[in-house]
Amino acid sequence: MSRTVRRQRVPIALLVPAGLGLAFLVLPLAGLLLRAPWTTLPGRLTEPGVLTALRLSLVTATVATLLCVALGVPLAWLLARVEFPGRRLVRALVTVPLVLPPVVGGVALLLVFGRRGLIGSWLDETFGVTLPFTTAGVVLAEAFVAMPFLVIAVEGALRGADPRYEEAAATLGAGRFTTFTRVTLPLVAPGVAAGAVLCWARALGEFGATITFAGNYPGRTQTMPLAVYLALETDLQAAIVLSLILLTVSVVILAALRDKWVGST
Amino acid sequence: MTAQLDAHLAAERDGFTLDVRLRIAAGEVVALLGPNGAGKTTALRVLAGLHPLTAGHLTLDGADLDRPDRRMWTPPERRPVGVVFQDYLLFPHLSALDNVAFGPRRRGADKRAARARAQEWLDRVGLGDQARRRPRQLSGGQAQRVALARALAVDPALLLLDEPLAALDARTRLDTRAELQRHLGAHPGATLLVTHDPLDALVLADRLVIVEHGRVVQEGDAATVTARPRTDYVARLVGLNLHRGRADGHTVTVGELTLTTADTVHGDVFVAYPPAAVALHPSRPEGSPRNVWAATVTGVQRHGDNLRVQLAGPVEVAADVRPAAAAHLGLIPGRPVWAAVKAAETRAYPA
Amino acid sequence: MTVRWIRAALAGALVAALGLTGCGDADAPAGPDGAGPVTVFAAASLTESFTRLGKDYEAAHPGRTVRFNFGGSSGLATQITQGAPADVFAAASPATMKTVTDAGDAAGEPAVLVRNQLVVAVPRGNPARVGGLADLARPGVKVALCAEQVPCGAAARTALDAAGVRLTPATLEQDVKGALAKLRLGEVDAALVYRTDVRAAPGLDAVEFPESARAVNDYPIVVLRAAANSAGARAFVDFVRSDAGLAVLTAAGFQAPPGA
Repeated sequence: MSRTVRRQRVPIALLVPAGLGLAFLVLPLAGLLLRAPWTTLPGRLTEPGVLTALRLSLVTATVATLLCVALGVPLAWLLARVEFPGRRLVRALVTVPLVLPPVVGGVALLLVFGRRGLIGSWLDETFGVTLPFTTAGVVLAEAFVAMPFLVIAVEGALRGADPRYEEAAATLGAGRFTTFTRVTLPLVAPGVAAGAVLCWARALGEFGATITFAGNYPGRTQTMPLAVYLALETDLQAAIVLSLILLTVSVVILAALRDKWVGST
Repeated sequence: MTAQLDAHLAAERDGFTLDVRLRIAAGEVVALLGPNGAGKTTALRVLAGLHPLTAGHLTLDGADLDRPDRRMWTPPERRPVGVVFQDYLLFPHLSALDNVAFGPRRRGADKRAARARAQEWLDRVGLGDQARRRPRQLSGGQAQRVALARALAVDPALLLLDEPLAALDARTRLDTRAELQRHLGAHPGATLLVTHDPLDALVLADRLVIVEHGRVVQEGDAATVTARPRTDYVARLVGLNLHRGRADGHTVTVGELTLTTADTVHGDVFVAYPPAAVALHPSRPEGSPRNVWAATVTGVQRHGDNLRVQLAGPVEVAADVRPAAAAHLGLIPGRPVWAAVKAAETRAYPA
Repeated sequence: MTVRWIRAALAGALVAALGLTGCGDADAPAGPDGAGPVTVFAAASLTESFTRLGKDYEAAHPGRTVRFNFGGSSGLATQITQGAPADVFAAASPATMKTVTDAGDAAGEPAVLVRNQLVVAVPRGNPARVGGLADLARPGVKVALCAEQVPCGAAARTALDAAGVRLTPATLEQDVKGALAKLRLGEVDAALVYRTDVRAAPGLDAVEFPESARAVNDYPIVVLRAAANSAGARAFVDFVRSDAGLAVLTAAGFQAPPGA
C-alpha cells in the first residue's frame, strides 16, 4: 500500500499549477451550477424553442463535423505526406480560422458565399441557391471555424504514424489511394476520432460566425449558443438553463463516445 | 544461366552513392552482406521501387522496371516483388490472415480467394491456427513467419528480405533460421537477403555479394568467401587475419614484415590465417617457426573458451590463446610479446 | 461546505485577477464637487452622440473627465447588476432600465433622455423599392429585424402588428449593428432599425412610415446608487439633458422627449 502511494506521489511544483489550472477551467461551470434556477428547470426544458435550438445545434454540429472529416482528412494527408512548394504557407493558412475572430470569419464567408459574394452570386444565378440565413449556412459557418481543429489533430497523427507501413502496403500492390484508405486511415483512426471530437465540440459552441453568416431565426438558424446569447438580453436565468442543457448534452455524448472507443481498443 | 534479376543499381541517397551490379537466377538465394552504411538498405529500396535509380537498369523476369536512361519506372505496387521488412511492418489493425491476404487482394483476387490463399500460406509457415490474431498478439518468431507468408503470398518474382532475423532473440533466431531456409529453398523466384550477419548469409544463401561503401568488394559462394577473404571487413566476418603484400615464391612482403607461406605465389597477394594459428611467447622463440615478430598487446577479450588478443606491431593481428597460457604470459595492454605463425597454417592467394 | 469552498476559491481567483489589472481606479478619488472621472454605461446607439457630448462636457468643465462603456443595453444592465463600477446608465429601452431599477441599483427615478423612432433602412437608392412596412412582406424581399429580446426588435414587432403586416424575416439579429451589417453586405434588402442608426451609417437611406409613431422608444438615463462620483454623475446627466445636449442628440436623429 505505502509503496503504491510513494510511486504516485506528484511533485508539488506541478500539482499546484495543475490544481489552479483545473480550478480556473471548472469554477465558471460551478458558478453556472450555483446560479441555476433548479426549481423552474423542468418547465424551461420543455419549452418548445429550447428543444428546437438543441436539435438544430446537434444536427448542424454533426453535419459540420462530417464535412470537416470529408475535406479535412485528405487535406491533413496532403500536408503530412506530400512535399509541395508553399506547404508551410498552406499549413499556416489552415490555422487562419483559429486566430480570426469568428465574427470576422462570418463576414468573410458572406463576402464569398453571400448573395453578392464571389461564389454566392454565381450559386444564386445558376442554381438559385443562397446559403446565408439557411441551415446549410449554419453548417458552413461551423465547419469553417471548426475545421482547423480536425486538420491539426489528423496531421499530427499522420506525422506520428510510421510511413514505412505505407511502403509495405505499396510493395504488396496497394496504390496510393488504397494505401490511404486501407492502411493509413486505420492507423491514424484514433487521431481522426480525437480531431472529430474537438471539431464537433467547437462547432457546437460556435456563435460569432454563425450569427454573422447565417443570422438568427428559430428552427432554421438559431442554434443553442445564439439562443443563449439572446436569452442573456432579457433573462439571465434562462440563459444559464440553456447553457447547462448544451453542456450536459455535449458532455454526455462525448463521454458515451469515449467509452465506446476505449471499450473497442 | 539466365538471370531472373539483372540489375545495375546506381542511386544517390543522402549524399551516398550506390553502384552495385546484381544477377540472381530463378530459385537462387543471394545474400547482400556488408557493414552498416554500406548501401544494403538502399539497394533493397531501389529494387522494391521505394527509391529511384539515377542510372543503370533493373530488369526482373524479362521486364524493365527501372531504366532512368529511357525514363521508365514502375511504381512499387506494380512490381512482382515481395519484401520482408526488418521489423516486419505487419499492419497492426489487421489480423494475421488479413495481413497475408492484403497482397493477393490488392493484386486482383476477390476477398474469399485472397483469404483462402492467405490461410494456405499461414498453414505452410505453421501458423494456420493463429490466423485471427493481431500482430501484437504474436511472438517475434511468429510475426516473422507471418511477414514471410505475406511477402510470398503474391508469388513474387523477386523476394527481398531485410535483416529478417535481426529482431529475434538468439534462441528464436536459430529455429527461425532453419525454418526460413526451408521456405527460401522452396521459393521458385529469385531471393535477395540483406544482412550484416555472416551466419545468416552462410546458412541461407547460395552466393554472397559483399558491399562496402556502396560498391561490391567480393562475390562468390560461401566456401570461397570464407577461405579467401579480400577485405578486412570480410576477413573479420569469417574470423581470419588478413594481410595484403607482394609475393615471390614462398615469401610475402607485408610492409616491413616478411612472411613465409606454404603456397607458391607471385605478385600482389593476400595472406590469410586464423587467430588460433598465432602463438604468443614471452621472449623470441627458439627453433622452427620462421614467421616471428615482436608485437604489443592492445586488447584482450573473451572469445568462446579462449581469449582473443589484439596485437599491434608491423601488422595488426588477432591471436587466440588459452586462458592458462594467457595467465602465464601476463597479457595486459601494453605488454610486449613475440608472435609466431606456422607457414603451414597460412594461405596465400592472388589479390 | 462545498459551496463555501468554491466561494473561497472564486474569491481567491478574483483577488488574483484584480491584482493583475492593478486596480487603476483607486488612485483617482472623486471630490465632493464632482471633480474626477465619471463612468457612463450607455447604449450602443448613443455612441456617436455621447462621445461628442463627453468632449463638450470636459471642455465646459476643465479638470473633469468622462469615460464611456458603450454596448448592448441589456448586457450593460447585467454588468451593472453584477456590480460593475459605473456612475451613470443610459439605456435604449425602459425595459432594460427596469432590470437595473428593480435590482435597486439606481439612485432615484430614471428620466427620459430622448426618443428614437423606427425606420426602414435600405441601401442608398432603395433598389428593392420599399415604400412602407407592407412592402417588406412582398415575396423576394429579404428583411432583417432585431430579435424581440432587444429593444429594436420589440419596437419592430409593435410597429408590424400595428400595421397588420405579417412577414417572415430572414434573420432576427442580436442588435441593430448586426441588422445593419447584413444590409450593408447586401444579404438583405431592408432592415427595421432606428432612425439614428441609419443617419450614422454611410450608404444607407431611411424610409419613414406612419406606424413608427406607435413604436417610439424611450431612452431613460439615471445616476446609479453605487456611483463613486455621484456629484459628477449628476452634473453629466444635467449636461446631456440641457438644451445644448439635446441639440447634439437631435442632430443625430433622436427626438426630444415630450415636454422638453
